[in-house]
Amino acid sequence: MIDRDQVLHVARLARLRLDDAEVETMAGELSGILGHVDRISGLDLEGVEPTSHVVALENVQRADVPWTSLPPEVALANAPEPFEGAFRAPSPQADAD
Amino acid sequence: MSGLTDLTVAAAAAKIAAGEVSREEYGAAWREAAAGDGLNAYLWKDGDGTPGAGDWTGAGESAPPGEGEETPYGANAPAPAESGPLAGVPIAVKDIFTTEGIPTTAGSRILEGYVPPYTATAVRRLGAAGARVLGKTNMDEFAMGSSNENSGYGPVLNPWDRGRVPGGSSGGSAAAVAGGLAPAALGTDTGGSIRQPAALCGIVGLKPTYGAISRYGMIAFASSLDQCGPLTRDVTDAALLLGALEGKDPLDSTSVGIEGGIELPGRENLAGLRFGVPRELGEAALDPGVRAVFEATVARIEELGGAVAEVSLPHAEHGISAYYVIAPAEASANLARYDGVRYGVRKGGDGDLIEMYETTRSEGFGAEVKRRIMLGTYALSSGYYDAYYGQAQKVRTRIAGDFDAAFGDVDFVITPTSPSVAFGLGEKTADPLAMYLNDFFTVPVSLAGVPAISIPAGLAAPEGAAAGAPELPVGFQIAAPAFAEQKLLEAAHALEGALDFAGQVGDAAPWRGGGDA
Repeated sequence: MIDRDQVLHVARLARLRLDDAEVETMAGELSGILGHVDRISGLDLEGVEPTSHVVALENVQRADVPWTSLPPEVALANAPEPFEGAFRAPSPQADAD
Repeated sequence: MSGLTDLTVAAAAAKIAAGEVSREEYGAAWREAAAGDGLNAYLWKDGDGTPGAGDWTGAGESAPPGEGEETPYGANAPAPAESGPLAGVPIAVKDIFTTEGIPTTAGSRILEGYVPPYTATAVRRLGAAGARVLGKTNMDEFAMGSSNENSGYGPVLNPWDRGRVPGGSSGGSAAAVAGGLAPAALGTDTGGSIRQPAALCGIVGLKPTYGAISRYGMIAFASSLDQCGPLTRDVTDAALLLGALEGKDPLDSTSVGIEGGIELPGRENLAGLRFGVPRELGEAALDPGVRAVFEATVARIEELGGAVAEVSLPHAEHGISAYYVIAPAEASANLARYDGVRYGVRKGGDGDLIEMYETTRSEGFGAEVKRRIMLGTYALSSGYYDAYYGQAQKVRTRIAGDFDAAFGDVDFVITPTSPSVAFGLGEKTADPLAMYLNDFFTVPVSLAGVPAISIPAGLAAPEGAAAGAPELPVGFQIAAPAFAEQKLLEAAHALEGALDFAGQVGDAAPWRGGGDA
């Protein structure tokens, strides 16, 4: 049901890289799981409201007061590559450089 | 095992408060017990050191808001206290909760070495009640799993039989309590991750109503379903912990707390209470031994004066289908944050940004997490959204409606917690769908958002086991309407007293040195 090309497409969307063996396994497993999930596709649920959240909530706004926030050195303590008070990452346009 | 670790949390806290037991001695007894972990239940233990312990408390960095006003990182949340209902009690905490200065991995290699700068509200609330963190417990990676075999740090062993799984995803928490390595533990439940391991390990596990306890600092898996709760040796301890944990938190706008709080249960009969058995249970795939314990427990409910009636949950059979669309969809969005930029592990930093993202995530995530991200991304992708995600959300509405209708007729809905007793390590890892079906009875409750408790109801031999094989615990699930936790705990307490599981297993209980502990 899910073929190799679809697996590769979804992996790209999810920023995952799968090797050839993983693509094969994933195609088989996802097809099996979706085969089970497809039992709900035949249910007549026309007009039923979808539930995204079970507790009835109203929007909440916080008080407009100054508050503490993480000091930069604390926020950066777990960063793989802190750089001059910021998070450093490879260029998104490495190829264009 | 020392006498101190035989005490329930409620008994120990009472003795500490009365000065009959010293908190130092009690704490030391549990640290010693935890240090003897042979189940791989702990990923970090008190005494292992706090490599990145920061001194940042949130105070004094800028003008703090006034008392009772919300603050961003808990500066205004309750501070650890020396007194309170849990004074002197060490508690094991699932490694999904952030703990300032203590490594937190959520069972994933992608967070190896991560030391959070703040503590989850649930953990802070336990601290404010006088408790302390005994250790951080192993778990399925990002809480995705029903056997704890998806941990990036090795599986947890079931203390009743080390060749079997403890259940998951809160497998380390359940094994620690059942194995006598912790007096009580904190877990999280998205589709059964507290109740199922509690059942497979012969202890009590409570999933409160969605919104009863703050999710702030609980590493997100599926945000519309995740809820934390206690794993304990008995129902009274579950009530004690829930009382400390529940409450509205300004840092989690979806939290509401439980009106009136929680008192320790005292009920000893079930007179006037109505229990509904789903008609659909008759056709459900269920081990014969589990069914026998379930039926015996239903008979016990009637002996205690409870009324048992049939109810119908016609859409519950579609729970697994809806859940394995909704939860992975939410997970695929929540786990987008693990990209190697702000925290966690980074791999392949020499290439361009996309290459770094892909290498980091491909090497950092385990197979099940990748499978769920793929499933969720597919279900949310263009052209499939309505067919999968939209349809699953409508099924969720129907399932919630089934529970609403049932609770119009009965006070509780009862089922087995899990279709089988603890299964063997590696027995179900080759077939993801077979693993997912472990959650058949717990997932509909999660989709409806209502509270449920699993209590140990008896023992059964594993299906297909040779004659004379050791029997394993069977869990009994009781679900109640939203925010009816007090009533649920009262009923569970009465039933627990009549079943006397602890008395039935006696010294065979692993926390008393029996089993495979």
